[in-house]
Formats: sequence, C-alpha cells, structure tokens
Amino acid sequence: MSQSVRVNPIACAAHGMCAELLPERISLDDWGYPIVDSEPLSPALLDHARRAAQACPTFALLLTRDRERVS
Amino acid sequence: MSEETLMIDPPMESSPTQAPGTLPRLLAGIPADGAMSLDEHLAVHGHAPVSARRHGRRSESPLIVQLERAGLRGHGGAGFPTATKLRAVAASRKRAVVVVNAAEGEPASLKDRTLMQTLPHLVLDGAQLAAQALGAEELIVCVCQTAQASVDASTHAVSERRGMTADSAHMHVTAVPGDYVAGQEAALINHLNGGPAIPTFTPPMVFEQGVRRRPTLVANAETLAHVALIARHGPEWFRRLGTPSQPGSALVTLSGPVVHPGVYEIEHGASLQSLIDAAGGMLATPTALLVGGYGGSWIGGKFLHGVALSDEHLAPHGASLGAGVVLLLSQDACPVAETARVARWLAGQSAGQCGPCVHGLHAIVTSVEEIAGGLAEGNATQRIARLATLVHRRGACGHPDGTVRFVTSALDAFGPEFADHARHGPCEGCARPGELPLPVHHPTATPTHEPVSFR
Repeated sequence: MSQSVRVNPIACAAHGMCAELLPERISLDDWGYPIVDSEPLSPALLDHARRAAQACPTFALLLTRDRERVS
Repeated sequence: MSEETLMIDPPMESSPTQAPGTLPRLLAGIPADGAMSLDEHLAVHGHAPVSARRHGRRSESPLIVQLERAGLRGHGGAGFPTATKLRAVAASRKRAVVVVNAAEGEPASLKDRTLMQTLPHLVLDGAQLAAQALGAEELIVCVCQTAQASVDASTHAVSERRGMTADSAHMHVTAVPGDYVAGQEAALINHLNGGPAIPTFTPPMVFEQGVRRRPTLVANAETLAHVALIARHGPEWFRRLGTPSQPGSALVTLSGPVVHPGVYEIEHGASLQSLIDAAGGMLATPTALLVGGYGGSWIGGKFLHGVALSDEHLAPHGASLGAGVVLLLSQDACPVAETARVARWLAGQSAGQCGPCVHGLHAIVTSVEEIAGGLAEGNATQRIARLATLVHRRGACGHPDGTVRFVTSALDAFGPEFADHARHGPCEGCARPGELPLPVHHPTATPTHEPVSFR
C-alpha cells in the first residue's frame, strides 16, 4: 500500500522543517506554510518523509496510507 | 436480506395526498403566522411511515434505499448524496447520533430558520426517520442562536411530540453560535462536544466519530424535511419534479431589488425569471446574480436571462445552487465595493486556525480593497489570481475555498468595473450603503434581513 504526506493545517505553525527535509514533496508558501504534493511516496523517499514527520515540532506532518486519504 | 417493512400508520389513504409534480411540497399548508402545530402538520401530511421491525443490515434499511432512488442530495451547501451519508453512519456498529443542522451561518440565507420557525415538524419527522433507520437513540436539533423565533418554535415542537410512538429517538434542541463557520459539520460537532464552534482536522470524519465519539449523521434541516416527504410518498413521486440529475424541489432565499424578497420553494431547474415573477417582479434592473451564498459564485448581468436554477444549468457559469441563496444586485450598487466589503467580512470569519486561510484571505482581500480604492500597484488582479490558487484546498474546512470562489467569480463577472476602479478609484456607487446583507456586529442581535415572505 502506497503512502503519501499530508499536513494538518490547524496544527501547522510554519516552522518549515518539512520543506528542508522533504523538498521533493514540500515547498513553502508566501507565509512559510507547507504546500504538500500528495503523490505516493517512492520507497526511497519514504525514509525522508518519516524523518520530516518526526522533525515537525507540532506533529503537523502526517504519513497516510492511501486508503485513509480524504480527498 | 432485510425483512424490514414500511408500515403506514394510519394508512396513507386517510392522509391528504399531494398532487404529483406540483409545488408547494415543503411549504404546503404553511401558516400565515407562527409555526404549524403537530395536529395541523398531521392533517396536511399524515403520519410518517414507521418501520415495524428491524432485521438485517442498517445500510440496507428501506429509508436509505428510498433516498438513494430519490437521488436526494444535501441542501446545506455541499450537495452530498444523502443516502451515501446515512450509509457511512450505518456502517459503524456503535450507536449513532443524529444532528439536525439549522445553524445557517450564511447571512444571505434564511431558509433553515424559516423551516424551523414555521414547519418544525416536517424537519423533526425526517430526523426521526433517519434516527430510526440508523438505530440512533439521540437526536440533537441545532438552531442558530440569533434566530430566537426558530429556537422557540423548535423547542415547542419537540415538546408537542413527547409521547409520540413514532419517535424512537430522544430529541433536544440546542441553540448554536451563528458564526459563518460554526455550521460546518466538524465545527458543530466540536461545539456539541464542549469545544469552540470551529472546524477540526479530519479524519476522524464526523460519520465515524462525532458527538461523544459516536458515529454521527449531521444533516441540514431542509434535507431532513425532504426525507420526511420521500418516506411518505416514495422516490418516484420525488422525481416528478426537478431534473434527472437533481430531482425534487428546493428552498431558496431570494434577496435584492424584487418586490417580495424571502424564502421560496422552487423546482430544481426552474428559471430565474419564474422565481422573480413569483416574487412580484423586479423593482430595479439587476446587474448580477450571486448564487449559492457568500461561498458561491457571481453570474454577470448579460447571462441573467437564460439562468435556470439547477446545478447542471449553473455549472457552465462555475456556480451551483448550494444552500439556495439567490441574490440579485441592483444596478445602483457598486459590485466592486460590495465584493470588497463582503470579502473583508469573510476573511474576518476565518476561525484563525490554518495559516493559508488567515494570511491568504487577508492578502487577497487587501488587494481587492486596493483595487476598489484605486490604490493598487502593478497587476492586482493577477496577484489575486495567484493568491487564490495558493489558498485553494489548504484549510481544514472549505472556508478559504468558498471565499476565493466569491472573489474570483466577482473578478470574472465584473472585469470592466474592477479595471475602472483600479484606474480611476471609487465610483459614485461606492459611497452608497452596502446592499449585500451582513450580520450586525453583536453576535446575539437579530439578523438584519428583510422580512420573510412565502410563496
């Protein structure tokens, strides 16, 4: 089952760590909030995504299995 | 297989039958003053069918099958298929809760408070039928606290029904905040669970974990009123009005320069002109139409002649009927100033939780205000378009998306007016008092709308 990243916009406080650690999927907007590409993660990126999620100070970056994804 | 049967008690023949394919449906027998009593309600509509026994799967209950065949979709704004929503709640083994949503934070909409104020039993019938189908024992009626008459009528209606055998669920009425985002499903649940009435991050979805973490059906008041009638008359009857893709009727709140603004029941697909005629005609030439509400879309004046009020007819204009707001802007009003004023209010209605909503909406509205004041530097329209895509779908709820739709559709519909303001600054119309209704600042004050009239 493929996984992807998602952000909880309520929890997010624009620390921007995620964009540093996972630039392949995450860029920052004008105000420093992450713009997330929800394309499935390749196995190579999965480790980086996990690290990015763990590094988020507000636990706002989430790894989701695709079946849980809400459009 | 489900062995459930629909028993009509008393038999349907004894109840006055409605002529097929005619209006009014929901508004049948509406009293000139006050609320329809339980006795009057039963005289007009007869008793709701009672499902005698329950076997088999809840998701295959006769009501859900009927709603699916009827093609009923929600009237709260999102237009989600009602049967699918009930099925999602029925899928859980835990005991469900039913929530009637008459929070109606949309300033240009009056139809839900009108329903609760005049025809509460139709809504409560639908809610009880849904509760029965889902095996729910608790039913919470949420009415906007600024609509005191609706709160009172709902409370009285609930007390009238005490001891009614058809009512399986315990009902109570709760007055809920009237803020714009408070009626959003997750915000309402958050409030009912003792939190603030602001949206939450999903999942968990409300149908999985809602009131006290129970699977919860949150249904718009008008939607449940349709449920009450579909259960009585069947899906074929429901489909005799409307279009194949959007069957049935809808309540709309018509405002603007018409003789009798107010709440009307229309057939889906009815022409805008027929609605205007029903309201006694125009008092002034309209320049544009806002459909769906403040999270909806503007349609420019040159298209008004052919407009039909159904989602398939509105889709080419990028609009949908939403919660049934139909607002005509008079030619005296300045569309740029009106857009700026309402957009600023919308930005202020952000719950302040999601960065893109807080910062993005503020930046967008600031650009709109700069154009309106003739103070914009560079290409402000382009700047708004870029910010709009930046904000889109990045909130926990749909508020930023709706606000962006309101602003970008205004830029499309009023291109020349925006260009004129950008170049020459405010026009004569800018000084006029605002035409689009906004709630007054005091949150518990009564709404500032025109008196309601009925068809």
